[in-house]
Amino acid sequence: MSNNFFKILRPGINTTFQDQGRFHMQHLGVTPGGCMDLKSFLIANALVGNSKNEGVLEFAYQGPLLKLIKGNAKISITGNVFFQIIKSNKKIDGECNRSYFLEEEDEIDILATKESTYGYMAIEGGFDVKPFCKSISVLSRAAIGPNEGKKIKINDKINFKMNSKNKKSFSTKVKTNNNNIIRVLEGPQFDYFSKESHKNFFSEEYKISNLTDRMGMRLKGAVMKNIFNTNIRSEGITKGAIQVPADGQPIILLTDYPTIGGYPKIANVTSVDYNLLIQKTPGQKILFKLIKLREAEQLYKEHLNSISEIIKNIKEIN
Amino acid sequence: MFKKLKNIGDCGIVCDFGEEVNQEINTNVIKLFHHVKMEVLKGNLEGILNYTPSYNKLIINFDLEKINSSKILNFLKSVDFSKISLSQRSKKWVIPICYDFEMDLENMSKTLKINKEEIINIHLNTIFFVYMIGFIPGHPFMGDLNSKLFLNRLKTPRVKIPPGSVGIVEKFCNIYPYESPGGWNIIGRTPIKLFDTQKETNPCLLSPGDTVTFKSISKEEYKKLANE
Repeated sequence: MSNNFFKILRPGINTTFQDQGRFHMQHLGVTPGGCMDLKSFLIANALVGNSKNEGVLEFAYQGPLLKLIKGNAKISITGNVFFQIIKSNKKIDGECNRSYFLEEEDEIDILATKESTYGYMAIEGGFDVKPFCKSISVLSRAAIGPNEGKKIKINDKINFKMNSKNKKSFSTKVKTNNNNIIRVLEGPQFDYFSKESHKNFFSEEYKISNLTDRMGMRLKGAVMKNIFNTNIRSEGITKGAIQVPADGQPIILLTDYPTIGGYPKIANVTSVDYNLLIQKTPGQKILFKLIKLREAEQLYKEHLNSISEIIKNIKEIN
Repeated sequence: MFKKLKNIGDCGIVCDFGEEVNQEINTNVIKLFHHVKMEVLKGNLEGILNYTPSYNKLIINFDLEKINSSKILNFLKSVDFSKISLSQRSKKWVIPICYDFEMDLENMSKTLKINKEEIINIHLNTIFFVYMIGFIPGHPFMGDLNSKLFLNRLKTPRVKIPPGSVGIVEKFCNIYPYESPGGWNIIGRTPIKLFDTQKETNPCLLSPGDTVTFKSISKEEYKKLANE
């Protein structure tokens, strides 16, 4: 274990270690998990010169307050986040999508995500934590991953691998997307629902409820009438599946989705709009739009290219 | 051997073996699962992230950056089922259960019009076959229960179910390894660990194809075993 570490003075609401996820284990009931917002995750790592899959801290709504006890660290914060850097009692308002050089006794206070849910803190060289089955992603529901598979708590010591030397800072520009249209593909049980339900599903707004976390997002809106069967044989789940239990209110299965499910699925969120969806907060409204597979594939390519552009445009701050 | 192939989202394919649920169909699903897994291990299929067998379906998930559904469909269409062999050693397990933590026994008794003792008796006398593992880590889906106990899922799934809870839906029985949401009718609770992160190479207790019977224990025995 390295000597460099932060102490957690306040853990935040849902702060966990995450990378791109844990694969080839879904048949054992282990969901891939990983970062909720891949785009912000990739930008955070790129800003501190890390590889694409280095583990970061993910936080939701309110982030942690960390004090650097030992070593120097270069960090970056991504997402849409209000945070402050505290250097010898002087508070500096932080900018997202740039890196900061921190010295011993410095603090970083991640106060809140703004009109969004998830934010990320990456550190040059990565955190010094033990992977489980090749991933450091924490699945707190099943106590899998480093930190005993738990969320970060007060007084935890967070070790990191590298004592940073380079004081230069880097930044890039990221446009925020406030669109509320979520593009979806037909789900495997699309035909289980009535014509009227199809019409409602694609024309009425759905409100995101408070029962929303890394596993799923419960929606409130037009009741989906199931004309065929409200149960199906349990089958494998894919991220972004929109299932509808007998009460007719859709649930979108998110990154920590259950690997198997028994409710009919009317639709599936496209990969291109997944980041946009998970950054929505309870109370916000979304509208579903049906598209075709080829279009979804093309849009995702463009989405990945736009992330590459943001990363290419990372520049040193003078 | 599968009846249909179609996409699920833009980074998944469903191999559908039909509507029926029986051990023969399930064995074919598991065969294809092992075949895909082997092809991935040999490096013959790039970009595959997961392969999830269920009663009568296999879902293959992939990285849309590296491969797409049409390439996987081509691969699946070329699979020769007659050449896939399945070497499987199934184990027999006896799992302790305490029926005193009733969440749904009372309601089940009312709905089914069978008294609680009879429900417990039928459950204890069933030899369960493990069809698949999933939902959450280590969670088994087992069958086949006597038709007298057939029940639907709860209309609105519970937000929280305690770990070790044993549930039933239709002819199937499950065990929740962790506290989690869920929609099954809870009949009892076991102190046994189904998924152990200390065993990194083989963290999962049960495997598809295994058989399970339950043994009734008291609340005291439950507490003793749970603390071990």
